[in-house]
Amino acid sequence: MFQVRIHGRGGQGVVTAAELLSVAAFLEGREAQAFPTFGSERTGAPVVAFCRMDDKPIRVREPIAEPDAVIVLDPTLVHQVDLFSGLDESGYLLVNTSRALAELGLDEYVKRFQPGRCATVPATEIARERLGRPLPNAALLGAFAALTHEISLDSVAAAIRERFAGVTGEQNIAAAEDAHAFLVGPTAEASRA
Amino acid sequence: MPEERIKLYQLGTFAVGNRLLDPDERTVQSRSERSNTLTSGHRACQGCGEALGARYVLDAAMRATEGRLIAANATGCLEVFSTPYPESSWQLPWLHSLFGNAPAVASGIAAALKAQGRSDIRVVAQGGDGGTLDIGFACLSGMFERNDDVLYVCYDNEAYMNTGVQRSSATPPAARTANTKPVGDEPGNVFGQGKNAPLIAMAHGIPYVATATVANLHDLEHKVERAMELHGARYIHVLVPCPLGWGSASKETIRLARLAHETGLFPVIEAEHGEVVAVTKIRRPVPVEEYLRPQKRFAHLFGDPPRTDVVARVQAVADRNIRRFGLLEVD
Amino acid sequence: MRRQLEGSQAVAQAVARCRPQVVSAYPISPQTHIVEGLSDLVRTGELHPCEYLMVESEFGALSAAIGASAAGARTYTATASQGLLYMAEALYNASGLGLPIVMTVANRAIGAPINIWNDHSDVMSQRDCGWIQLFAESNQEAVDLHLQAFALAEELSLPVMVNMDGFVLTHAVEPVDVPSQVEADAFLPAFEPRQVLDPDDPVTIGAMVGPEAFTEVKVLMHAKQMQALDMVPRIAGEFEERFGRGSGGLVRTYPYPLDPAETVVVALGSVLGTIDEVVDELRAEGVDVASLGIRCFRPYPLEEIRGALCHAKRVVVVERAFAVGIGGIVGQNVRLALAGLPVPVYDVVAGLGGRAVTRRSLRTLLADVVAERIEPHRLTFLDLNHELLDRELRRMGERRKSGPHAENILRDLGVVAAGSH
Repeated sequence: MFQVRIHGRGGQGVVTAAELLSVAAFLEGREAQAFPTFGSERTGAPVVAFCRMDDKPIRVREPIAEPDAVIVLDPTLVHQVDLFSGLDESGYLLVNTSRALAELGLDEYVKRFQPGRCATVPATEIARERLGRPLPNAALLGAFAALTHEISLDSVAAAIRERFAGVTGEQNIAAAEDAHAFLVGPTAEASRA
Repeated sequence: MPEERIKLYQLGTFAVGNRLLDPDERTVQSRSERSNTLTSGHRACQGCGEALGARYVLDAAMRATEGRLIAANATGCLEVFSTPYPESSWQLPWLHSLFGNAPAVASGIAAALKAQGRSDIRVVAQGGDGGTLDIGFACLSGMFERNDDVLYVCYDNEAYMNTGVQRSSATPPAARTANTKPVGDEPGNVFGQGKNAPLIAMAHGIPYVATATVANLHDLEHKVERAMELHGARYIHVLVPCPLGWGSASKETIRLARLAHETGLFPVIEAEHGEVVAVTKIRRPVPVEEYLRPQKRFAHLFGDPPRTDVVARVQAVADRNIRRFGLLEVD
Repeated sequence: MRRQLEGSQAVAQAVARCRPQVVSAYPISPQTHIVEGLSDLVRTGELHPCEYLMVESEFGALSAAIGASAAGARTYTATASQGLLYMAEALYNASGLGLPIVMTVANRAIGAPINIWNDHSDVMSQRDCGWIQLFAESNQEAVDLHLQAFALAEELSLPVMVNMDGFVLTHAVEPVDVPSQVEADAFLPAFEPRQVLDPDDPVTIGAMVGPEAFTEVKVLMHAKQMQALDMVPRIAGEFEERFGRGSGGLVRTYPYPLDPAETVVVALGSVLGTIDEVVDELRAEGVDVASLGIRCFRPYPLEEIRGALCHAKRVVVVERAFAVGIGGIVGQNVRLALAGLPVPVYDVVAGLGGRAVTRRSLRTLLADVVAERIEPHRLTFLDLNHELLDRELRRMGERRKSGPHAENILRDLGVVAAGSH
């Protein structure tokens, strides 16, 4: 089983990100489960969503306490919320930011991880360019595919297309592709820890 | 010999006779083929205004719909006296659910009929003042705002009668009830409270709102017929004197209803989409005292010493109604 | 077709397949996505003919459903928590009148204090209202139970509640196979009411019944629920034949078939998934443990539960509600099933107000039970923060005007309610 925990704020598409991730895994023939922590509808409040992926049916339903990967949609949550609880050295960390991890005060923290498992990606900027809105979730899914290889970029695109028709879908897919390229393209080295 | 026009007024009950009218202008009640929807054998008190009102309304509605009618009824006197287990007085499909939900139940029935393609069948909901204005108010307002195809009829005897005459939001000022006794500073029900149901219904902008009493059968039947010509949410508010609760003689029911209209205390009007379109004028206004005296629920106003101050306040209410609705007949 | 769907959406689609003719809707978290989904299906014409009533309250919702059902329409509504309480009067009215309404309850805690998260206090508070009460373990089962619920309700002329854990199931996205319209039609024929408001054949429904007949009418309700004990497995069997899934029924054991296990954990709803994981882990370690899921809580399948538990050395009931002032609810019911047998029953209350029930806590609990560090027949609260509790009790002892409990405890916890898990 591969467990992903996604942190962000209300309005950034955290819940949708988890759902799309689960759909992407489903489209690859895997079993997947996605669910948010819940609150009344409120923009800006910290939100956590979860996604589990496995090759056999998933029965457990508790929040993910020991994630294999953590995705952070909003860097302002660093030092505010315990984002990394339960994430060990063999895990993956993906942070949405255009700054370096050192600027976020995380350079010491990420040293414990295996090489190539922590990455930053300027998902909000990519989203602004591709969607005209600062909605970083699709981009981060593309980056997630590149970082972990748990799902393919094609599956991410298919999941997005299924959920968002027309132009919106294509824009989001473009954002995912951009973020994916950011991590595997020629300049990829600089963004990885 | 010169012609002199004289006005002919038919006083007294209009339910019998009508021989002076063309046959097709006679009331439903005067016809032998009326459905008798609330048939005899029910356990209403002698002189019950509500039993009269319900029969008048439903027979007219049955005639207007050719018997294609379903009724939802709130808990209350009407429901209790009409269905003493194991008997039922109802000659139409009839559902009693709860005290506060008759409007919602009726909305559900109307929705079911529509979904089944049976909208030729119409829906009537009925309840007393308590079930309509207090506990059923939220459901009533919901039915109004959705403009559900239901005619709601409120039989207003101005208190919770079935449970022993307690005050409702329809209880008039100064009236005695079990919890507004003539003790203390303000004898009887206080002034400055209460709900005006017809105005509230009008404020919802529904297709048809009317008030009526059991004293004017033609008027009441006409209003039911008019309502059944229309679709959407409709509301008829019928004043039904209660001999027991009002402390009046059972033979006075119709006369008291007429006095309620003639004093101006109960305006008889019609409104469509929130605008008054017709009022029944008062030919000769009657001072409220004539209406109040025969009712023991106002007896404390005429004791020793008499509360002429309170009677004057009641008169002021009547006068205001007359002004507001233009109730006086202008020759 | 198997798709990755949100639970609420899957249920909305499943309900639509059942061709309800009247849906009444009033929003309350966490059921909102179900009624929103149905609204879309009605508006697009996918669900037709269907009248969708946006009512003024939950009381109005069930009242409209009562009217619609009495007029012969297949009828549906959904609610949770406070909404279920608000329609309490109507719940008893619907069952008393014998109207086959189906309602989803997205189980949520009851206030005060106000809490929007999952537990079973809502349905448990209404366990005696005369409705049949089914519990789904997963979104697939939730889908399947709705089809079975309409069949069951209409066969017996009794209303049916389908319980699914709020948020945990309603807002979880997982693989679900929603039956096609053709499949649903084959399983669920058109509604043939036992009683109907019809001008061609007028009846009086809802008359007052006095002392001379009330008992008999009420016993009839009980008798009908007892019939459900046969009907529920029968309909589940028919469902399995058609769809190949063993959803519904009265109870289920894991592993299946049940080898008499030393320790059996009993629960309702989605927590069974987590419990089964723990059962697997422990069995791999040589611990003799199994689980029993109660799928039909009302009527209460006493014989089936007794049969499944009578050989156990101990029974651990894990429930998401409790009866204040007395103890466990499911626990009491399980003890009833084991009356006369020397099997100790442990009452464990877990997951109140959305507190997560974790594998770790369950493992610790079962270890404590087996090692007899916990007493049976005494109410145990899983993951209780004793420090928080004791501090508030101390405060109350110190002064009269100690303030609202909830605020004091939250202040101690340092949390301003914002979706922490």
